[in-house]
Parts: sequence; structure tokens; C-alpha cells
Amino acid sequence: MKRFTKLAACLPLLFALLAAAAVAAPAQQPLPRDSVYQLPATLTDQHGKTWDWRGRRGTPQVVAMFYTSCQYVCPLIVDSGKAVERALDEGERARLGILLVSMDPARDDPEALMSVARKRKLDPARWSLASPAPDQVRGVAGVLGVRYRQLADGEFNHTSALVLLDRDGRIVARTEQIGSKLDPEFIAEVKRVLAR
Amino acid sequence: MRRGLVLLVALPVAALAAAGNGWVQLPGGSFRSALKYEDARMVDIAPFQLQKRPVTNAEFLEFVEAHPQWRRDKVASVLAETRYLSHWEGPQTLGKQALPGQPVVQVSWFAASAYCEARGGRLPTWSEWEYAAAADETRRDARRDPVWRERILSWYSQPSNHALPRAGLQTPNAWGVQDMHGLVWEWTDDFSSLLVSGDNRFQGDADKFKFCGAGALSMDDRENYAVLMRVAMLSSLEAASTTGNLGFRCARDVE
Repeated sequence: MKRFTKLAACLPLLFALLAAAAVAAPAQQPLPRDSVYQLPATLTDQHGKTWDWRGRRGTPQVVAMFYTSCQYVCPLIVDSGKAVERALDEGERARLGILLVSMDPARDDPEALMSVARKRKLDPARWSLASPAPDQVRGVAGVLGVRYRQLADGEFNHTSALVLLDRDGRIVARTEQIGSKLDPEFIAEVKRVLAR
Repeated sequence: MRRGLVLLVALPVAALAAAGNGWVQLPGGSFRSALKYEDARMVDIAPFQLQKRPVTNAEFLEFVEAHPQWRRDKVASVLAETRYLSHWEGPQTLGKQALPGQPVVQVSWFAASAYCEARGGRLPTWSEWEYAAAADETRRDARRDPVWRERILSWYSQPSNHALPRAGLQTPNAWGVQDMHGLVWEWTDDFSSLLVSGDNRFQGDADKFKFCGAGALSMDDRENYAVLMRVAMLSSLEAASTTGNLGFRCARDVE
């Protein structure tokens, strides 16, 4: 009798364990070999949260690299993201993530990232501004096809691009036309990916 | 007779592989690059260590065996293009086109970085590479010598369609480093910081926005074609690119 109650008491725990195991091993397809998420990267965002960028899988993303102290092109990169938002209807917007990855993790802590997010009124439901670990910046830039060099005064020379990733992190489109007037081809690709 | 010849060839290779690829210590210093950076005249280089010679096929095979995600049939295509290790006979077999003592080529920046990381190092920066490569056999900076420049250029003018020599055959330079010129091109960690790219071809409006801050690099030492060629080559690559004469060696910080 005593043994039975013990077993009964254990049952919920057993079920909980089984459920946990099911959650830990979801029936997800392996990551495609042409997914940028094949590159290990850990990002810390404007909310101070640290996450593996593979967590973005499942939601198409528009990704660009920037840094917060940049005076010239980087505000245009934010403009580009906003231009993408404007071109979408509400339903489409809700299914897209916009990820700005800093090339300056030494200075772009959550506070610096948050201040840009606030100043530019970026909807946190959609926008993530995040810094990779310092030794991962060159790799992230590598998979996104961005070139940069840090100057003696801490500024950067860099190329700029908006990269569209499908839900599995595959590069679907790319534009180097930065600013509030976007390449219509790129917008069309964003809509196509969101319609899938 | 045939067998004897094979043995003769095989022996030095085995000896070479056993000897391993040592680290050479380079003192730091203030170095004048052949490139004209808009932000600094001189580059400060901290003391570092550099592998004596480029990484060989045998060494890279060992790495691939220990880290199967870098096998050519398993590697992520975002990290290495389709030509990656394509001259090897199989995913874990070198074969005739890739002798153990030859420098490994057809490796992407991601693969080269991963190799160096597994060895407790990293790829050298461009500045470190240029600093180490400025030396000839007797002088730490031989770049002003037109005869030496000619020697380098004559190496580069040889057609690259015949088999690569083995790594580690050249006389060490004044730092004790081998094969900096005349064997293979080499990856640097910051290859993508060399903004002397084909982008200069575009004069349209979009191009103005391509660079945040000032423009591309230019040459300070216009006579130094060897450096110019390296920079032009590196700046044309993507991180997943591989070519038949691009290899690498590792560097590491000095504690």
C-alpha cells in the first residue's frame, strides 16, 4: 500500500519528465547547410537578453550590421528597416523580424542599443538590436557578406547591406541600396517570403 | 627502382610531418605598412607567434578527422563553397592531388579560422602578416631593396598550374619564418577589412552609401606590387571562398 502511494506520487513527476523530454527534442528538421545559422553566434540584445541566433529560426528576418555611434550610414540602415515595415501590411509586419547586429560589441552594450531603439521608436515586438560576442563579429559579417575595418578613433569603415533570411536562415535576397527609398525587388522578395 | 624512388620521396615527407609546424616568436613594434590607412601612419603590433610555415594537407586532414563538421561532404555551405577541399581524393583521403607535405589550399576563411582555434590560435591579422613578410633571409625589413622586390614578383609571375612545392622548403627569413612569399596566398583574420575592393568600379549614388565613414584604402608604397597583389586578391574574396592557391597559417597571442 505504502509502495503504491509512493508510485502514485511519482507518476506526475514521471509525466513531467516525459513532457520535458518531448519539449527538448521537438520534431524540427535539421538546419539546412546553406543556413547562416550554421555559424554559431550568441547575441546580447537591447533588453540585456543573451540568446543563440538560431532562436530566430521560424521567423523570416531582415538583417543588417551597424554600430550605434555611427554618424553617417547607420541611421540610414534604421531608415531602411523602417521602409521595409512601411511597405508591409499589418499581418505581414507581424510575421517579420528585423535584426540589427552591431560590429562594435565593445561599446554597444544593451544600454547603447536601447537608446537607439527608443530614439528611433523601434517596435520591440519586431526589432532586435544586438551585439555578438567580440570574437564572433567577423564571422557574422562573413556569412552576411559585410566588410569592415575599425579605425584608430573607434569609428568603422564598412559596407552596408540588408539581407533577407527565410524562416530557416537561408539568404533569399540582399540589397546594398540603403536609406528610406528601398529597392522594390527586395521588398517584393520580403513579401514573397512572408507569404510562404 | 620505382619502389626506391617512392621511398625516397615518402621519407622526407614523413619526417616533415613528424617535425610538426612550430611557432616562431616575433617581437612587436611600430610598423609602416605599404598600405595607406587614412587613420594612422604607423601600425602598432603586439608581440605574437606565427606558425613557421603554412598548414599542410596532412595537418588539415588530422583536423577534419577530429572535427567531422569540416569534412567536405558535411560542411555547411555558408561556411565553405563547393570547391572546398575538392582536390582531395575523398572527404578523408588526400590522394595524388594533395600530398601530405603540400600546403593545404581550397580552404575557406571559416575553415582556416576553425583550424587555428582548435590549435589554440587564430589567423594572423593583415598587419601581422605584412610585418612578418617584410623580411628577407637577413633583414627584418627588406622592402626597400629593388632586387628583393624583383625576386618576389618573379615568383608571382610563375604560372600556378603545376603542382605546389612542399611547405617548409624555403630558407627561413630573418624572423625564422618560411614560405611567406612564393608558395601560396594566405588568409588573414581581417581579410574583409581590406576595403580595396572592386566596389571602386561603381560610381553611382548607391556606392556613396556603401561605406560608413571615409573611403577605401590606398597604397602608400606604390612600388610594392607584391603587397598590392595580395591585398587585391584578399579583398576580392568572400569568407566562404576557396581557391587553388590560397592556404593559411595560424598566429597566437603571447601571454
